[in-house]
Amino acid sequence: MVRRLRRTALYIPGNDPSMILNSGIFGADSIVLDLEDAVSINEKDSSRILVRNALQNVDFGASEVVVRINALSTPFGKQDIEAIVCPRLDAIRLPKCEYADDIMELEKILDRVEEEKGLKKGSVSIMPLIESAMGSYNAVQIAKASRRNSAVNFGGEDYTADMGAQRTREGAELLDIRMRILLAARIAGIDALDTVFGNLNDEEGLLEETKLIKQLGFDGKSIIHPRQIRLIHDVFTPSEKEINKARRIIEAIEEAEKRKSGVVALDGRMIDAPVVAKARRVLAFAEAVGLV
Amino acid sequence: MNLNTIGREVPGSIEGIGTLRPFEGAFKRIPDGVMKAPKIPCVERGGDKILPSLKDALKEAGLRDGMTLSFHHHLRNGDYVVSMVLDLIAEMGFRDMTIAPTALFPVHKSIIRHIESGVVKAIQGSVNGPIGRLASNGGLEIPVLLRSHGGRARAIEAGDLSVDIAFIAAPSCDKYGNINGVGGSSSCGSLGYCMADAMYADKVIAITDNLVPYPLYPVSIPQIYVDYIVQVDQIGDPSGIVSGTLKITRDPLRLLIAEHAARVIEASGLLEEGFSFQTGAGGISLAVAGYVKDMMKDKKIKGSFGSGGITGFFVQMLEEGMFDALLDVQSFDMDAVRSLRENQGHVEMSASYYANPHNKGCAVNQLDAVILGATQVDTKFNVNVNTESDGVLLHGIGGHMDTAAGAKLTIITTPLLRGRLPMIVDDVITVTSPGETIDVVVTERGIAVNPMRHELAERMKASRLPVVPIEKLRDEAYRISGKPENPKFTDRIIGVVEYRDGTVIDVVRQVISVS
Repeated sequence: MVRRLRRTALYIPGNDPSMILNSGIFGADSIVLDLEDAVSINEKDSSRILVRNALQNVDFGASEVVVRINALSTPFGKQDIEAIVCPRLDAIRLPKCEYADDIMELEKILDRVEEEKGLKKGSVSIMPLIESAMGSYNAVQIAKASRRNSAVNFGGEDYTADMGAQRTREGAELLDIRMRILLAARIAGIDALDTVFGNLNDEEGLLEETKLIKQLGFDGKSIIHPRQIRLIHDVFTPSEKEINKARRIIEAIEEAEKRKSGVVALDGRMIDAPVVAKARRVLAFAEAVGLV
Repeated sequence: MNLNTIGREVPGSIEGIGTLRPFEGAFKRIPDGVMKAPKIPCVERGGDKILPSLKDALKEAGLRDGMTLSFHHHLRNGDYVVSMVLDLIAEMGFRDMTIAPTALFPVHKSIIRHIESGVVKAIQGSVNGPIGRLASNGGLEIPVLLRSHGGRARAIEAGDLSVDIAFIAAPSCDKYGNINGVGGSSSCGSLGYCMADAMYADKVIAITDNLVPYPLYPVSIPQIYVDYIVQVDQIGDPSGIVSGTLKITRDPLRLLIAEHAARVIEASGLLEEGFSFQTGAGGISLAVAGYVKDMMKDKKIKGSFGSGGITGFFVQMLEEGMFDALLDVQSFDMDAVRSLRENQGHVEMSASYYANPHNKGCAVNQLDAVILGATQVDTKFNVNVNTESDGVLLHGIGGHMDTAAGAKLTIITTPLLRGRLPMIVDDVITVTSPGETIDVVVTERGIAVNPMRHELAERMKASRLPVVPIEKLRDEAYRISGKPENPKFTDRIIGVVEYRDGTVIDVVRQVISVS
């Protein structure tokens, strides 16, 4: 199966019909229709209806469709779920996750709603959004809390506010949570997604941050504007050189397996399991973007 | 009624305009006959061209009822001259004038009064805003005759449009009638659109608010064409003449369209050393220019020229050495005015030099690529820029049909929907530029290549651009918005769209019930 890419998760305000209508044309890997922070209290109802109808009528192209609902502790969260679960909904992004229980509560509701709507159990995945000190501390438990979990991500603004830290362009204040999110994602076997980069005019800053998170091991990043898509995809897309090298590694390993040879070398360097794993990851990425 | 070759009904003749020649293909008409020549003039040695008032100039020029008067629009929405002249003519009691402006703007709303009182009988030139609405509601007895910038210059030179008095709004003028647009408080840059008027009209009156000692230099319109000079307090409002620095759009949808358009240019194979390029000043156009500029930098190539209406963005490209020259028929902003004044590579051109198909070579024929807009495009690739979706005549032609015909690659950029209206339709309400001159239509939801350009389509596909049949774009638009009902018209013709070669490509009819 071709790996699902989550290089970019584009936030779209759930109260803006024209942005929702056009959200599918920019080529973001995921679209996150936002019912939470983008929508004021007095628009919660109308936005929920708008997003529900959009899920049934709008062509989102090849993008994964996600809705960020309101936290289950608010009066809106459960109503959001009832309204939006439908065949086109791929995932729910659950904000303010602090404990594994938050995920289990959502899972229970989803089990019921999916059944009521005649959907296959587990068709809607969960993407926990961690944005507090407690959430960060419990990241592994949260990521492991449900088999529905598909990606864990964090919100830099709320997190730094909770920590009493300052947001900076360099992002030293996010080092710890980034590592915790990654650790949790890898233990749970799901994707790790980075927070948004807020300054739209600072392309250089976005490039540096994207290179950094790719280097750390993240699978992608939340974004707030379609202008950021191209740059992030370019960073995450393996170069021709990387793809060729990965191919040669896999060929060498397959060749060795045929010959039943235990030790494999390529260009005078030994190929061991982690090198092969990395090569497979590069090729899976390349396949998903249509390069191989 | 006859059908022209693109299936539009064209009457044999229209009272007040004369015999109409149906459009027969963008490059089919071979003109015959000779060009018009003005009367041989003679001035007294030592005579003075400066007259005390506009009224004196009108009297000297022999103003009579029923004359054809021409104006130019380089002062755009800041222009005082059109209203100044027509108000005076009304006051003097003359009537039945045909006016031939290169374009009209909302500031010229006062013309409505003169139409209603009979001072103005007909308009040959673009109309927009309130005057277009008046025409569409049947407010003019004789249909508006619309021409492109190149087509208008052709019509003047061929004698189809015979101007009795040309009024030149002159930002700088010396006492013997040398004029330029780069000095004075009303500077507007290029004076390209009124050059044919100055050369071919029987009488030429320069109206200036900046009379300077002789000789003025540089000279855009030389003394040899100018009969009279009138000094006034102000010919225009500087804030309406040139815009501030135009900004590239930040709308993601429009940026996506622009990026597609730039990639179409790259895929076409034309983006090589010596590349020549024209865009408008709209948000998408500027963004395309931005992407193309980056591509030129990446490929380390230098362009030959940028042309048309010039913006600060093109000036910057000239100054960075990315173009050898700019060919400027109208300067959109202060940077363009300054550059025209200071930079030898920034060249002023006349409308005829720019786009007249019946001279010995116009600049559009040297263009590699042009980016143009549309109010509608149909599945035959015909483009409408004149009428809105409600059928009202609201826009002029500009250089649309000229550049579309001349450039090697003509790209139309348009969102698939504006508001709730589809922009790709079965049939445009009015054909401005024929489909045979349009190569590619770029929307945010796909790129359609004219089936006549098979090789181009292959290149686009090889570059992994989202190429789709234009019918698919239409279907997608209709799927989202529904198929709108066409506006309803009476049989009465209120506008004639003349193709640049003097044939009639379409007519515009009176709308029923427009608020």
